[in-house]
Amino acid sequence: MQYYLLIPLLPLGAFLLNIMLGRRVIRRQAHWPSTLAVAGSLVVTVMVLLDVMSGRTLNEDLYVWIVSGNFKVSVGFMIDQLTAVMLVVVTSVSFLVHVYSIGYMQDDPGYYRFYAYLSLFTFSMLMLVTANNFLQLYFGWEAVGLCSYLLIGFWYEKKSASDAGKKAFIVNRFGDFGFGLGVIMVFLTFGTLDYVSVFNGAGGVAAQTVNILGADVNLITLIALLLFCGAVGKSAQVPLHVWLPDAMEGPTPVSALIHAATMVTAGVFMVARLNPIFSLSPVAMDVVAVVGAVTALFAATIALVQNDIKRVIAYSTISQLGYMFIACGVGAFGAGIFHLYTHAFFKALLFLCAGSVMHAMGGEVDMQKMGGLKRYMPLTYWTMLIASLSISGIPPLAGFFSKDEILWVAFNGGGVGRAVWAIGTLAAVLTAFYSFRLIYLTFHGEFRGTDEQRHHLHESPAVMTVPLAVLCVGAVAAGWIGIPPIISSVFGVEDANWFAGFLKPVVGHPEIEAPHSTEALVMGFSVAVAAVGIAVAWVFYIKNREIPAVLARRCGILYRLLFNKYYVDEIYSATVVRPAMLIARYVLVGLSDGVIIEGVVNGVPALINRFGARLRRLQSGLLQSYAAVMALGLVLLMAVVVMVLK
Amino acid sequence: MEIGYPLLSTLIFLPIFGGLLMLLIGRNQEGVVKWAALFFSTLNLVLSLPLFSEFDKSTYMMQFVERKPWIPDWGIEYYVGVDGISVLLVLLSTLITVLCVLISWNSIKTKVKEFYVALLLIEGAMIGVFCSLDFFLFYIFWEAMLIPMYLMIGVWGGPRRVYAAIKFFLYTLVGSVLMLVGIVVLYLKAGTFNILDLSQASLPLNLQMWLFWAFFAAFAVKVPMFPVHTWLPDAHTEAPTAGSVVLAAILIKMGAYGFLRFSLPLFPEAAKAMAPVMIGLSVVAIIYGGLVCFAQTDLKRLIAYSSVSHMGFVTLGIFALNPQGMEGGILYMINHGIVTGALFLCVGIVYDRTHSREIADYGGLASVMPVYAGFFMLFTLASIGLPGLNGFVSEFLVILGGFKAKKLAGVLAATGIIIGAGYMLWLYQRVFFTGVNDNIARIEPMGLREALPLLLLSVFVFWIGVHPDTFLGFMHESVNHLLEGVNYGASDTMMAVKGLTGGY
Repeated sequence: MQYYLLIPLLPLGAFLLNIMLGRRVIRRQAHWPSTLAVAGSLVVTVMVLLDVMSGRTLNEDLYVWIVSGNFKVSVGFMIDQLTAVMLVVVTSVSFLVHVYSIGYMQDDPGYYRFYAYLSLFTFSMLMLVTANNFLQLYFGWEAVGLCSYLLIGFWYEKKSASDAGKKAFIVNRFGDFGFGLGVIMVFLTFGTLDYVSVFNGAGGVAAQTVNILGADVNLITLIALLLFCGAVGKSAQVPLHVWLPDAMEGPTPVSALIHAATMVTAGVFMVARLNPIFSLSPVAMDVVAVVGAVTALFAATIALVQNDIKRVIAYSTISQLGYMFIACGVGAFGAGIFHLYTHAFFKALLFLCAGSVMHAMGGEVDMQKMGGLKRYMPLTYWTMLIASLSISGIPPLAGFFSKDEILWVAFNGGGVGRAVWAIGTLAAVLTAFYSFRLIYLTFHGEFRGTDEQRHHLHESPAVMTVPLAVLCVGAVAAGWIGIPPIISSVFGVEDANWFAGFLKPVVGHPEIEAPHSTEALVMGFSVAVAAVGIAVAWVFYIKNREIPAVLARRCGILYRLLFNKYYVDEIYSATVVRPAMLIARYVLVGLSDGVIIEGVVNGVPALINRFGARLRRLQSGLLQSYAAVMALGLVLLMAVVVMVLK
Repeated sequence: MEIGYPLLSTLIFLPIFGGLLMLLIGRNQEGVVKWAALFFSTLNLVLSLPLFSEFDKSTYMMQFVERKPWIPDWGIEYYVGVDGISVLLVLLSTLITVLCVLISWNSIKTKVKEFYVALLLIEGAMIGVFCSLDFFLFYIFWEAMLIPMYLMIGVWGGPRRVYAAIKFFLYTLVGSVLMLVGIVVLYLKAGTFNILDLSQASLPLNLQMWLFWAFFAAFAVKVPMFPVHTWLPDAHTEAPTAGSVVLAAILIKMGAYGFLRFSLPLFPEAAKAMAPVMIGLSVVAIIYGGLVCFAQTDLKRLIAYSSVSHMGFVTLGIFALNPQGMEGGILYMINHGIVTGALFLCVGIVYDRTHSREIADYGGLASVMPVYAGFFMLFTLASIGLPGLNGFVSEFLVILGGFKAKKLAGVLAATGIIIGAGYMLWLYQRVFFTGVNDNIARIEPMGLREALPLLLLSVFVFWIGVHPDTFLGFMHESVNHLLEGVNYGASDTMMAVKGLTGGY
């Protein structure tokens, strides 16, 4: 099974090739190395998947990375069912995005750079999901963050783009601060960073507490929460979600791949991967579920009123990631990964469709200036419509199965379960509404853009629409490997939830003892509310188009609150960014370095000025006096020696 | 480890004699001077390679030892050797000097000969400092190095060079004087200048304390630790590129090296007692140095203040007094030398073209100098501890060690990773992104002579990042031995362990 190493190494090779030769030699052919490499990774991934399906998993160390004292960590790989699922998601979506970008990025002056970064990202993401220890996970974690930074700021001439990239990196660092401390705590607790050894030892320390500021805190809870900080950053959960909407400054294929389908799901993957730790701490699990639920609702409300087509999808991504954390938090890690997997297809599709729209509109992102595009770009319309139905949870599309499973396990979750179910269901209404608001504003009604834009309108080339079609198949059918028994039994199949069974060895599977009638009721309810959401959107944006404006006026405060994203950016700026700058500028530099340290410690400036005046007269006088001092020192030293010897 | 010829003496004296020889070259033969400097520094680099290949990693004992009576009446010896703590610093010195010669090729236009002589003298003296095992010898090298360094800042520096040079001189002088007193007292008490013998002497705790602080004065100024760091931004900023690189990469390492070679083994109990204070100062330096970067408008000054923050990590690691912290700290010294050295080289490259260090005078450089922007990005990422690059390994080990020693220290030090990312990426954005500033629209692309040093350093950025074991392997034995001495009390009168640990 050694060939699995090719999966990350092929994209790494393509990156090296493009970054070194891209600018002068490969230039407009830069898509070849990268696309072929990821295609190769995809092929090898399928081989690995078949291996794993036949029961062959793998966990091996390649070489020792860092040794110091009793600290030792290797570069090693772990391929099991969870990894296999992630490999499939990453390589397949990445491959399609590589192809799509050939069309989307074709005239960009930074073409080679774009493909170099895409390859580097693919490599990093693959390293992240194949790691067999915490530190390598951290490596992949930071490396995908770097690629995200580079690709968000890809059009670096635009200040907003480079600002957004920087913001993404730094906000993530806040999460990584906790993540890093969590990794250190893991090492100090277990004496190793190897997944398997840590998982095996986790049960033994479940009851241990540590004293923090006088309070006894459960050790595992502390570790889990610290690690979860990283997930909150990477997966853009409240309160570290602020970077993801801004990340839309990057090229749209990047938004599809990194900021929807793969990188942002790394947090969910991490929690699922570390489920033996999280499962031991009910407190941490509740925190995960509640953060997920709050984020799911919070982001969905913002998405209701945004006009930037990409930002709507970005908030929808944040919201959907919240669902995945709800699943993890109620112990249904498999359901979380299932949603991660279906979401990858329909969300990548949504973004690539948005890219196709922007391509036709000459880079326009304001939906208020669109409308009626259905006529001009039917393929984009139909694929985006299907993706929207999928995310809204309409059966039998992919999103229905995964979202339904999450809501069902939450409903039965106990503790905070029922509450997060209620929030999740409410968010589902909003999801359906904003998704169809997007569809209606963009594709229905009359065109509201300029005449120049109207003349330019066209369906995208095949190199872009074929990936849309392929992803559309995923958005429709990806969920069919996880059909719940209640539906499959209608067709006479007892256990059709192959996906849950496949992941069970790694993440377990919660057994739910509840009558089928209840399950049918809950399922029917969530489909019904989704339908309501779509219907309301239809009324608002097709039937009676005055309603939104009237509502916005009537509920002015609420509207402004949502439109301005609850002012979170402004709050952070006022409480963190600006105070830090002011302290740096005035307190530390002005007061401390300028007055206190220079003045009190030595009164240097005055002294130097006096010395300096003399120096200017004597030129190298100081050198002589220095040499004299040194000589004096040596003489003194010798004198002491002589005295002692006598 | 013995090889056929006196390796360390060659490394110390080849540049010194080479430099003196160069004084004979005629005043207007600048080409000859440059090539001679390149020849001597490269030769020294090549000659130092056996330190890397022949070093015995399985022992903490001094290697490549040369020991000759020098002033026998006074017990002064010419005694040099390297162990796992110093060997990498020697190698770093020989490498950095070559790069400094290359980078100064066109940027030094006045007193060219004197400049390269000063550079080579600095190299010899620095290596001498790292190899000396006799206090007398050590003190000579320690002081001797300051003269050419002072000249380098004062003669070839920027507009405020005189102020910076004198400040550098005064700070260092005060520290050195106190160390001199310490050396004298040590000699009076123990009757020897031999550093290894001194580390076996058992001094009363009270005296250890006094001596610890006397040496602290010299080393803390050099590191520089908060609050005696204020000479560094001025010196770094005003020094010519090569001067900044030498300062950042090697000279300030002498302070941290001093703690490792003297303060810990000679005054173990005092060091242990004072560790919390040192850890506290280190954490302040990390956070303070980082925050101050946000207020800088000058490229070099920003990187200089970042050095204050980075060196805080070094001293934190050392005084964590556990293997991860100490090895992380030593590796941090090497990494900081490589990365900050590289950043100063980078700044020098554009400074030669624009003669401006103001961040506001740049902008959009990525469009104009893409290869250069790539290198700068790499070193920026290494500086902010991206895993896979060298900075991460040392930063992680130091935070781990710091956390082990004092949880709060580890937590506070970890905020450094947020602050570091903040100021470095902000710097990068202002210099390389957004629209192209008019000042640099027609800037000349980077030449091979300029790219070569960066390429060489980036090899180490990746090497240490991906396979740090090559370098950490040098340290394990020496660090363990040192920590044993500190943690089990080398000055314990019951020197039962002396039979085991004595004699190196």
